Amino acid sequence: MAHFTKKSKAKPEISTASLPDIIFMLLIFFMVTTVLREQEVQVRTILPMAEALTKIEQKRYVSYVWMGPVKLSGNRFGETRVQIDDALIDDMTNIRDIMYRKLVDQPRLIVSLRVDEESGMGIVTDVQGELRKGGTLRISYSSKRDISNL
Amino acid sequence: MGVLAKKKQRKDAEIPTSSMADIAFLLLIFFLVTTTIDVDTGIGMTLPPDLDQEQEPPPVRERNLLKILINAQGQVLLEDLPSSVAQIRSEVLTHVQNNGVDPRYSESPNKAVVSIKTDRETPYNLYIQTMDEVWMAYFEIWDTEARSMGFADYTDYRAQLEDVAENEIREKWPAQVSLAEPDPGSSD
Repeated sequence: MAHFTKKSKAKPEISTASLPDIIFMLLIFFMVTTVLREQEVQVRTILPMAEALTKIEQKRYVSYVWMGPVKLSGNRFGETRVQIDDALIDDMTNIRDIMYRKLVDQPRLIVSLRVDEESGMGIVTDVQGELRKGGTLRISYSSKRDISNL
Repeated sequence: MGVLAKKKQRKDAEIPTSSMADIAFLLLIFFLVTTTIDVDTGIGMTLPPDLDQEQEPPPVRERNLLKILINAQGQVLLEDLPSSVAQIRSEVLTHVQNNGVDPRYSESPNKAVVSIKTDRETPYNLYIQTMDEVWMAYFEIWDTEARSMGFADYTDYRAQLEDVAENEIREKWPAQVSLAEPDPGSSD
């Protein structure tokens, strides 16, 4: 009986003193990995599937160019347009200046082309021509791994 | 005076830390929600530099050029013969690894060029499939080369390659993919 009372006295508790530290560690991890400035994509980009993929590990080198049918209200899609940063491109010849300026800021720039799989090659070729004029030659055709083949 | 001094000493100024975890939790949840961890993957390549109008593109001998043509209907023309996307990989492999044996294929890996031409109306999806096959052929060649050098595969070789060191495998088997200006499109 005496043994019983002894047990009830000792309250087993997990020490929460280090809890803030653990949480802070997690917090710092997520702070470091977060990319806050996600642009709102105004065009639909369903990426194609591919096998010969390379990863772009350094996100800071990457600049995105979106191409695809522009999103309209009510799940409808308009004509195929090009979007860089936050804006849709009206005049294709502007791309060379935009890209040249990005290249000056980041000499190791990689342009990731996120093109909708149903787009025609015409617009892609036009953009590539502009990229060549801007001097941004390192590109990546953004595509997803085909899971069904694994 | 004595009373005041005593009072001041007793006051142990401390910031309450019990809510620290809660604050940290709130921040953590915020970053958890906003984080996107997915890495961008894609088929990487380098575009040729912009040529002046007067400057002629460097001449390539007919036999060193493997022409792939994809029209708007998704039909593939490999070296002027009707073919399919599935055949591209083996064709690229024989073309690049020919080393001058077959007169229809390339003289040496250094001179071998794969040229991809599309219509303006060709779906992007098809272009990527073609691109994928061509690059998979090159990856296969690089993997074989890396294995003969004692590495597990090409990725393993790349991982152990220092930044400054030259990539010997790619020097030996350079991937020369040329993108031809598309035809205006004959579908309409």
